[in-house]
Amino acid sequence: MFTALGKSGKFLVLTIWLFFTVFPIYWMGLTSIKPKREVNDLYYIPNSSATLDNYRTLFRDYAFGIFLRNSLIVSLVASFIVIGLGILGAYALARYEFTGKAQVMLAFLATQMIPGLISLAPLYLLMQKLGLLNSLIGLTLCYVGGMVPFSTMMLRGFIQRIPPELDEAALIDGCNRFTALFRVVAPVALPGIAATFIFSFVQCWNELFLAMILIDSEGNKTFPVAMRSFIGGYWIEWGGLSAAVMVGIIPTVIIFGLMSKFMISGLSAGIVKG
Amino acid sequence: MQGTTRKRPASTSRMLKALAFLTPAALMILIFVFYPVIRTVQLGFQSFNLFDQLNVGYNGLENFRNLINDPNFDRVLKNTFIWVFVSLFFQFTIGFGLALLMKKKFKFIGIYQGLIFIPWALSGFLMGLVWKWIFDESFGVLNDALLKLGLIDTRIPWLSNGNWGMAAVIIANVWYGVTFFVIMILAALQGVPTEMLEAAELDGANRFQTLFKVIIPYIRATLILIVLLRIMWITNFPDLIFGMTQGGPAGRTHIISSWLIEKLTLDADWGAASALGLMTMMILFVFTIFYLMATRLEKESGV
Repeated sequence: MFTALGKSGKFLVLTIWLFFTVFPIYWMGLTSIKPKREVNDLYYIPNSSATLDNYRTLFRDYAFGIFLRNSLIVSLVASFIVIGLGILGAYALARYEFTGKAQVMLAFLATQMIPGLISLAPLYLLMQKLGLLNSLIGLTLCYVGGMVPFSTMMLRGFIQRIPPELDEAALIDGCNRFTALFRVVAPVALPGIAATFIFSFVQCWNELFLAMILIDSEGNKTFPVAMRSFIGGYWIEWGGLSAAVMVGIIPTVIIFGLMSKFMISGLSAGIVKG
Repeated sequence: MQGTTRKRPASTSRMLKALAFLTPAALMILIFVFYPVIRTVQLGFQSFNLFDQLNVGYNGLENFRNLINDPNFDRVLKNTFIWVFVSLFFQFTIGFGLALLMKKKFKFIGIYQGLIFIPWALSGFLMGLVWKWIFDESFGVLNDALLKLGLIDTRIPWLSNGNWGMAAVIIANVWYGVTFFVIMILAALQGVPTEMLEAAELDGANRFQTLFKVIIPYIRATLILIVLLRIMWITNFPDLIFGMTQGGPAGRTHIISSWLIEKLTLDADWGAASALGLMTMMILFVFTIFYLMATRLEKESGV
C-alpha cells in the first residue's frame, strides 16, 4: 500500500499525525502561559510575555489544590481496591475449575455491554439510601464497582500466562493458596498489575458524570466536576481555563508516558472498554 | 461436578476456596453494575422527577412515548448515527494505516508511540474544552490558520451552526479515538506469523495482495470484535460533546447519550433519562445481533 509513498512518505504521514495529535495540547499550553490581555492574540510561539499567572490564580483564588487532592485520593484508593479484588477474582477464574464458572465468566463479560450512563440515576438513589451522597467514599465505591469487572478479566489474562507449576511449587513449600498468590504469583504478574492499575486510575481520574451527580459541595468536588462549574456561565475565561485543563491532563500524560509500554501490551491482552 | 483442573479432581473444598476468592469482586459487580440495570428498567416505566420524589409512580410506556414524540428525537437519532459511523470510519482507517506504518520498528518508535497514544489517557470532557477553544469562531486557532493559509475567506461558524457543529465534534472524536485502533490493530498485526508473510512474498504477492489476502483475513476476528466494541463505546461517549457544545446550538449536536445527560441533569427527569438509556441498550443489542449475523454470513459465503 505504501510502496508508492516510499520511506520518506511514511515518515511524512507519521509526522503529520503526530502534529495533529500534539497540537491541541500544545495550543492549550500556549494559551495558558499567555498574559490575560493576550489570550485572544493569535501568535503560535511563546514570546517574552509568557507568564504563570493563570496557574497561580488557579491555586490561590479557586482552590484547585483541593479538587486535585480529592481526585487523587478517589482515583488511588479506588484503583488499589480494584486491584485487590481483581487479583483475587482473577486468580479464582484462572486457576480453579468449578460448576458455573462459564456463567460467571459470561456475567463478567456481559458488564462490558452495559453502558455506564444508565447506572447514573440508580447509583444516585442507592447512595441516597446508604447515606453516601456527596461523599468521596460513596464515589470511590461506585468507581470500584464499575472498574472491577474489566480489571478482573484483564488480570486473569496475565495470571493465565504464568505456569501453574509455579504456585504448585509454592504450595509444596508450605504456602497456602492465599500466600502463594501474593508471594509468588503477584510478583511475577507485576507488569500486568501495573497496567491494570494505570488503566483504572486513568478512568477514575477522568470520570465526570457520576461525580457530577453524586457530589455537590465545593470541598468534595473532584477535578472534572470543578472544571464543570468553572465554565458554568456563558462567558468563558480561556486563560484560567486553559491552565486548569493543563493541570488536569498532566498527571495522566506523565503516568501514561512512563508506562506506555506496559499499557500497550496490557490493553491488547483483554477486551477493552475505553 | 464436571470441571477438573489439569491434575487434581475438583473437590468441594477447592470449589469453596474458589468462591471465597471470587466473592468480593462478584458482590461489587452485583451491587454496582447489575442492580443498577434492574433499577433502570424500573425507572424507565415510572414518572420520576428528582425534585419530586414523593410522586413516583408507574406510568407504563409514557416515558418512551414522550421521547418518540419529542421534536428533537429524530434529529438526535440521526446525529447519533452520523456521529458513530463517520467517527468510526475515520478512526478505523487512520488507525489501521498508522498501525501498518508502525508495524516495522524504526528509531524512536517508543517515544513516537508514547506521544501519539496520549489522547487515550486524556479526559474526553477536558479535551472537549480544548477543542471548543480551537474551534472558536472569532479567536480559535483553526479559523485563523485556515484564513492565513488562504483556504477560507470568511470564518467558519464551527460551533454556532448545527452542521458545522457536527463536523467539529466528529473531528475531535477522530482525534480522540484513533489511538484505540492503533493499539489494538498493532497488537493484532504482531500476531500474524512472519512465515505467512514470507510465503506470500515468495509467491510474488504485492503489498496490496498481502494486506487483503493474508493480513486482513488473519486478523479478521479481532477486527470484527474491536469494531463492535468501539461502536458501543462511541455511542455511549457524550464527554467530548458535553465539553464542546453541550449539545448546542439549540440541541443541534445532541446524540442519544448527551441528550440523556441533559435529561438527567438539566431536566432532572429520571424516568425519561432511564427510558432513553433502555432504548440505547435495545438498539445496541439488536444491532449487535445483526452485526454478528452479517459478519458470520460473510465468512460462510467465503466473501
